[in-house]
Amino acid sequence: MKEHKKKLKLKVSAISEGTVIDHIPSENLFDVISILELDQTPNMITFGANLESDKLGKKAIIKVSNQFFENDEINKIALIAPHAKLNIIRDYEVIEKKEVTIPDRIVGIVKCFNPKCITNSEPITTSFSVISKEPVALKCKYCEKITHENQMVIK
Amino acid sequence: MNKKDLISIMDYSKEDYLRIMDLAADFEANPNQKLLDGKVVASLFFEPSTRTRLSFETAINRMGGRIIGFSDAGSSSVTKGETLHDTIRMVSQYADLIVMRHPMEGSARYAAEVSSVPVINAGDGANQHPTQTLLDMYSILKTQQTFDNLNLFMVGDLRYGRTVHSLLMALSQFDNPIFNFIAPEELLMPEEYKIYLREKGIRYFEHLEFTDIISEADIVYMTRVQKERFSDPMEYEKVKNVYILKNSMLKNTKPNMRILHPLPRVNEIATDVDQNEKAYYFQQARNGVYAREAIIAHALNLK
Repeated sequence: MKEHKKKLKLKVSAISEGTVIDHIPSENLFDVISILELDQTPNMITFGANLESDKLGKKAIIKVSNQFFENDEINKIALIAPHAKLNIIRDYEVIEKKEVTIPDRIVGIVKCFNPKCITNSEPITTSFSVISKEPVALKCKYCEKITHENQMVIK
Repeated sequence: MNKKDLISIMDYSKEDYLRIMDLAADFEANPNQKLLDGKVVASLFFEPSTRTRLSFETAINRMGGRIIGFSDAGSSSVTKGETLHDTIRMVSQYADLIVMRHPMEGSARYAAEVSSVPVINAGDGANQHPTQTLLDMYSILKTQQTFDNLNLFMVGDLRYGRTVHSLLMALSQFDNPIFNFIAPEELLMPEEYKIYLREKGIRYFEHLEFTDIISEADIVYMTRVQKERFSDPMEYEKVKNVYILKNSMLKNTKPNMRILHPLPRVNEIATDVDQNEKAYYFQQARNGVYAREAIIAHALNLK
């Protein structure tokens, strides 16, 4: 295992300042990038996907230089990367570790699964109250229907 | 919420329900109270609903208000592609109150966010129709004198019927109700409502038919079993006569028992029931005008 971890470090190079987001389910890597708007950032990003993980089988990792996230911002990815771990890096050292938590209200990000919901026919920001975190169940503020984890589609 | 919108039945507290009941009784005693004198009410029906629209417009007329609006989307700017957002923003510049019926679920909550004047939901798709629930409640209170200790029979399409769901939620706020759900396998009460009742410790029972137990009922709330709800037409043929109420079934029912139906009825209540004093569905429709006068007065702080 140790041998393997060394190789991994070589594959995704270390950063001097910034944030490492680890333990992302590989299949959700690009949704995480999109939710955090990393596709818009001018900062240097490296990411790896389909890396081996004991917990997830295959995991993804993102390293963003010179960028740090507020809790509200990073918790947005909790829906699709509930086990994600953040390492805050200063001068090549991990100075803080953070985990994500699913907030009580989800604004935007997810589509309401109900095709007859008004949010699917007009440009309206969706809004859900989280009625269950494990498994995730979201109640739409508008149509009052419940979107379950297996029905979730990221906007 | 600063504006007194009525979007979902759960927007109202138990105290609000009782206040609406008091106001409805007041309007029944004196329907022509000119509280809307000089006021304009927008009646926006994005899909046709003759009964609900006429009931609201009667209520508004009896209160002395003026009405603007349309009775189906075809005669509105929707046909030009205007969004609901823009229609509501525009109309709320003109009117003092908006009554809205719309086929999309959640449209009423959205309209209330966009509008600067109160919005009353007159039905948003299969989601909510709170004024129907309040008129059902007023009918129950008038015939039973209480909301407590009632044995409520809900019959027919309990899966898709929003009226029974909302009524269940509202009556669960009162003491010691008993619910009896009578529906075919394909149209059973959804699990989420049964979980809600269990969490509140409210008793409920499920039956496939009701001829033998109807003598226990205080209220029999009938709904229509629609053919198009069945995936297998044979299943519909098997059950279609089970959920029809006939006059002969009413022999041993309680003296206070009353039959409610949100209307329109097709064949689920045989016409020979109409003559029975326990048939209450036409009075129920009349009560709708008083309940809606009460809801309007409450929304605009007129009483």
